[in-house]
Amino acid sequence: MKPHTLHVLVENRAGVLSRVAGLFSRRGFNIESLTVGTCEEPGMSRMTIVVLGDDAEVEQVKKQLNKLIDIIKVSDITERSTVERELALIKVTAEPGESRAEVMQIASIFRAHIIDVGAKSVILQVTGDSDKIDALEGLLRQYGIREFVRTGKIALIRGSKSSKSQN
Amino acid sequence: MKTGAKLLIEGLQREGVETIFGYPGGSVLPVYDELYDAPVRHVLVRHEQAAAHAADGYARASGRVGVCLATSGPGACNLVTGIATAYMDSVPLVAITGQVPTSMLGNDAFQESDITGITMPVTKHNYLVKRAEDLPQTVRDAFFIAGTGRQGPVLIDIPKDVMTAQLTEAPPVGSHRLRGYQPTYEGHALQIEKAVALIGEAERPLLYVGGGVIASGASEEVRRLAELMVIPVTTTLMGLGALSCDHPLNLGMIGMHGTEAANYAVTECDLLIAVGVRFDDRVTGKLDAFAPNARIIHIDIDPAEIGKNKPADIPIVGDARRILEAITHRLAGQDGRDGWLERVHRWKASAAAHSDGEDTLSPAYILQEMSDLLGSSGIIVSEVGQNQMWAAQHYCFRRPRTWISSGGLGTMGYGFPAAIGAHFARPEETVVDVAGDGSIQMNIQELGTVAQYRIPVKIVILNNMYLGMVRQWQELFYDRRYSYTELPPVDFVGIGRAYGVDGIRVEDRQDVRPALQAAFESDGPFVLDFRIDREANVFPMVPAGAAINEMIGRRQA
Ligand SMILES: Cc1ncc(C[n+]2csc(CCOP(=O)(O)OP(=O)(O)O)c2C)c(N)n1
Repeated sequence: MKPHTLHVLVENRAGVLSRVAGLFSRRGFNIESLTVGTCEEPGMSRMTIVVLGDDAEVEQVKKQLNKLIDIIKVSDITERSTVERELALIKVTAEPGESRAEVMQIASIFRAHIIDVGAKSVILQVTGDSDKIDALEGLLRQYGIREFVRTGKIALIRGSKSSKSQN
Repeated sequence: MKTGAKLLIEGLQREGVETIFGYPGGSVLPVYDELYDAPVRHVLVRHEQAAAHAADGYARASGRVGVCLATSGPGACNLVTGIATAYMDSVPLVAITGQVPTSMLGNDAFQESDITGITMPVTKHNYLVKRAEDLPQTVRDAFFIAGTGRQGPVLIDIPKDVMTAQLTEAPPVGSHRLRGYQPTYEGHALQIEKAVALIGEAERPLLYVGGGVIASGASEEVRRLAELMVIPVTTTLMGLGALSCDHPLNLGMIGMHGTEAANYAVTECDLLIAVGVRFDDRVTGKLDAFAPNARIIHIDIDPAEIGKNKPADIPIVGDARRILEAITHRLAGQDGRDGWLERVHRWKASAAAHSDGEDTLSPAYILQEMSDLLGSSGIIVSEVGQNQMWAAQHYCFRRPRTWISSGGLGTMGYGFPAAIGAHFARPEETVVDVAGDGSIQMNIQELGTVAQYRIPVKIVILNNMYLGMVRQWQELFYDRRYSYTELPPVDFVGIGRAYGVDGIRVEDRQDVRPALQAAFESDGPFVLDFRIDREANVFPMVPAGAAINEMIGRRQA
């Protein structure tokens, strides 16, 4: 079992997300993360799906995804050289004084931004790969994390290669 | 000016649709109004489930796309079992449903249901059409999707205001515009070469063919390959009729209730040529023990089926007919496989030696008599249960598309309405629904439909006053505790008569043939109520999860 990253190019139509999500739940595949948004191709969207499984399982996932009429292309980019990013917003307990100073210091080490300051808390914005976000979360836990949201991974293949509909 | 409803009907005509099966309601009234004088025949069923099964039976008997129609909410929901049945058996079907007006979508309006959401897992694709302009193209795309690649059901949900919308100009219909849908038909040349080599080298090859062979019209190619290379053939339940039952290389059906010859052969073969099959658990039994010593060539149009349950050494994606043709074309022939054939035939002969030899009203006897009387002129449709397995085992299927049965979903109540559909597809053939007393009661109201249109479907009820197949499992695996599987006697002939359908009850063996003759000679629908041995079982049987060669019981005929 290891995480596989799939690029899935889909028609930008109502119901596509539920078709994809339904396929995963119905067949018992586990989605680690799924992000979707419009992309460079008109009328299409690109999903970045991280799915946990052994190679045979992921092979089935890909084949089943390919059967959906609204899916134009499925590319497994796990073994490719990619850049990956995730965005997270973290609301941390940080009373004015020593603990707030510490939190701000940690933030700067991780190149996170403080994007809101309240009476007893601050909100950090951080981008990076999943490990980095996990690490930051771990460090901040001691101060008290009030709320934490993350987008899930998006990824692109490095260089001139791509997972466009034709290539 | 043209309404959406009119565009829909024109779309159906453009696809060559002649017959549809349906049931009206408020949300499809505009379509029914168009149907009033459209050159498309509409058959009014008594329950929407039957409309879906009838469209399915039509499709299986004809090879064309079947069409059913229902209203929103309860009507649409009643189609679901029929759609799921078609989905599991890859049957090309277009289901059209009415929907509440677009302005009320999502409001829990009267008779609203999210039918595209409900059917997502059991359709190949589905549509909610929000603009009348989109109707013609949607119909075109839906038929294309349903009838190509791995075939399957497609649903089109049409809100009432889309049906009544007036367009001054009919929108143009292009060829299908589906960027994400490009089925593969030609097999990969290199893989075909490899398959040819393996077939040449094999000492104990076996052809294992299923519904995909029927769907792609590859029966002739199966026969040619089998004869050229002297390869015995076994078929799945869905593949019956792909090779004539009396062909010397045919070992009969494989699987849980398959023949000894087929189940032993697959255990001992060194090459399994799997064509249009999906290694269903009712076929394979315990997966590790299925074809344990064989290399596997797997030919299927759906890449997702290859390697799903059993890894293939040579996967070939594409149309079975074209691939088999390409393979056979490259093979020079084989002198004989004496040892292998001898072994296979010995299994076949030893099974044939057990005949019922009694004078009871056994299901085997009834089916053999039927087979004898109909020769190759019948289409046998079945319900689900022992009746289905007896029909599969004892009727001699000689041609493709003469056996119609719910294999994947195993839907009781399927047979009778599917038989109605089959009749409309092939009116010249005698269509028989082989039923159990349980199953027939699941859609018995369709007696009204066959009476109204005088549809000459013959219903052969193998009446054991039990939910027989479940009772058999209770007998074998639950210590004969027949929990809620006994059914009280029913006067099926009387029920038929109430609808205006003829019938005969048969209690003795010597009355079987005359009763069948009377039914087949009648030009209308007919009910035959055979009171069979109450505790007759289907044998051989591979218990669920056991290895395929671990059969229990003895074939009864
Ligand atoms: C809709 C549906 N419900 C339940 C079942 C489970 N089931 C499988 S076979 C069977 C018994 C069928 O009885 P009957 O129609 O009398 O046929 P027999 O086995 O006696 O020939 C049942 C209940 C099913 N296949 N389909």
